[in-house]
Amino acid sequence: MTSFSCPLPIMNHANVQLAHGSGGKLSADLIAAMILPRFANPALNRLNDQAVLSLPPGRLAFSTDSYVVDPIFFPGGSIGDLAINGTINDVAMSGAMPLFLSVGLILEEGLPMATLHRILVDMERCAVEGGVSIVTGDTKVVPRGKCDKIFINTSGIGVVPEGLDLDASRICPGDQIIVSGTVGDHGLAVLTSREQLSFKTEIQSDTAALHRLVSLMLKTSNQIKVLRDPTRGGVATTLNEFASTSGHGIVVEEAAIPVLPAVRGACDVLGLDPLTVANEGKLLAVVAKDDAARLLAVMQAHALGGESRIIGEVVAEHQGLVALRTGLGVKRILEMPVAEQLPRIC
Amino acid sequence: MSKYLSEFREPAVARLMLDEIKGLVTKPWVIMEVCGGQTHAIVRSGIDQLLPTGVRLVHGPGCPVCVTPLEIIDQAIAIAMMPEVILCSFGDMLRVPGSQQDLLSARASGADVRIVYSPLEALQTARENTGRQVVFLAIGFETTAPGNAMVVAQAAKEGLTNFSILVCHVLVPPAMKTLLDSPDNQVQGYLAAGHVCTVMGLAEYEAISAEYKVPIVVTGLESNDILEGLLMILRQLESGRHEVENQYGRSVKREGNPLAREMVGRVFATKDQKWRGIGLLPQSGLTVREEFSGFDAAKRFAVQEIATKESPLCISGIILQGLQRPDQCPAFATSCRPEHPLGATMVSGEGACAAYYHYKKL
Repeated sequence: MTSFSCPLPIMNHANVQLAHGSGGKLSADLIAAMILPRFANPALNRLNDQAVLSLPPGRLAFSTDSYVVDPIFFPGGSIGDLAINGTINDVAMSGAMPLFLSVGLILEEGLPMATLHRILVDMERCAVEGGVSIVTGDTKVVPRGKCDKIFINTSGIGVVPEGLDLDASRICPGDQIIVSGTVGDHGLAVLTSREQLSFKTEIQSDTAALHRLVSLMLKTSNQIKVLRDPTRGGVATTLNEFASTSGHGIVVEEAAIPVLPAVRGACDVLGLDPLTVANEGKLLAVVAKDDAARLLAVMQAHALGGESRIIGEVVAEHQGLVALRTGLGVKRILEMPVAEQLPRIC
Repeated sequence: MSKYLSEFREPAVARLMLDEIKGLVTKPWVIMEVCGGQTHAIVRSGIDQLLPTGVRLVHGPGCPVCVTPLEIIDQAIAIAMMPEVILCSFGDMLRVPGSQQDLLSARASGADVRIVYSPLEALQTARENTGRQVVFLAIGFETTAPGNAMVVAQAAKEGLTNFSILVCHVLVPPAMKTLLDSPDNQVQGYLAAGHVCTVMGLAEYEAISAEYKVPIVVTGLESNDILEGLLMILRQLESGRHEVENQYGRSVKREGNPLAREMVGRVFATKDQKWRGIGLLPQSGLTVREEFSGFDAAKRFAVQEIATKESPLCISGIILQGLQRPDQCPAFATSCRPEHPLGATMVSGEGACAAYYHYKKL
């Protein structure tokens, strides 16, 4: 771990200058001193305009995401963690093992070098732990006020195992729905750490790379129909996507969905539903009934799935709709949230 | 706090109370829950589907966002569009439709509109932005009035010249009386709003209960609070009693919170108040007293005269009086949806139409 807390390289500037994104001498200095030491690998070290990669045979999974979270550091992680883990997860939900990432940094003039360094160290740690290489990148600096501290775009490539085709259209009535742990942690961690909020909680973001959990799950069952990480819009949105793509109904038990007491309490105070709040280290799996118990046991034995639960099932009724059975046993429709409840959550 | 929440939603306790309600009821009753937070808890947990047939809940006007008149929304937008202004508001006011647009659209076209969770945040914004005018959109029932009064008093004490509030405070008892006076009234018992009574106490409700011979139970906002409140009111109805009972004793004292009321009285005076969709109700609102008028945004920015235009399709006034259910409105979930609302009841976190939309029955 000590290698991820290396000291800030000596730079001539304490803050990012416009010229650090100019493509000239200062850009080269920034890359050489701050970025290459973090992400060094043969493809990146060549500093060409592109990475030339050798890939194992098979179909590619390719995904991109941009990270604009505010604040950039929050309990349990930072924008750097999200930028690596989030794209690893997007690739991994196809069943692919993520291999290569690109990183685009958009920096606001005046960003302290120490802040940039902290974020790059977080990205390095997540990339090393996740076993992915950052093979190409870009850095731009915009004038003060034209972005907020730092925005990061990452894209990722992975290779999908032969014969695997995870897709919501494969869902059938009887299939079971599993969530890999407590929901709403990330959204609430970010929201309650925003400085203007007058109460604080102990809630930590769940940011984590899920590809190894996915790999284990796929080894356990060949009856997994679809995987998805319920980020923005939360579990409610992902379940609705499953229902509308498959054309089947879904019923989930409110009491079966794991929610940390602190998350539930904070959601009540803020008027939010934990089922519509973002997660960054959880997945939803739909699996054939026969394999559900075995898959659940394997997930619960994994460090990132300890609180996994079967929360519901696919049904032939109310096609395209998700129903929630409340604690009192009444069924009601679980809608997707209409608007952005929590801007800049990831 | 979290422990309490699970306790007040415990399904086993709920089932016991539901069984008792079923054993108790011998004829149809119409009960109004006054507070929009209670409406949401009822529909979200499904209490309305578990009551004996014949016991009908109607949803009351207790949603401050919903009853804030269009004029205030339009004034807030006009003020927000002024370049020197930072307008601070609770989040659910931002999507409430004004005559032409909402505050979110105003923000998209350049207004500096910021979401706050407390009036203290707005006050802090004023301290940090001395070159700008900071306006807090101060809406709500008796519950939020003490906090809003406090920031005005504090701003006066600090001599802040760049802070003001655009106030629309409404009071529950005059609205209840209006509903009871209406010839269309069907309501036989009321669940009063627990948080309002935490500030105001029981006296006003005892007067109403005695005058109209109607049972009132001051009730909390968790699902089991509501079931217990219903049980208490049904016991009164079935036995022909009409009195004020307090289900929400963990928060409400008989005398309320006199310190909070004193603060409200220092800064605000009562006035005749227009309620969106319902009309002008005598002495049902609060206005900033003359000695604090420098902090009254409506006066500071001279935006009193604004011609407003309501959607002709929206029946939220009838819904707020409990005369129709949201799903009886022809526009419900068709031309009126949360993403393009015709009335405030569709977008407020306490609005009855929003509750029916988000927690639709299967």
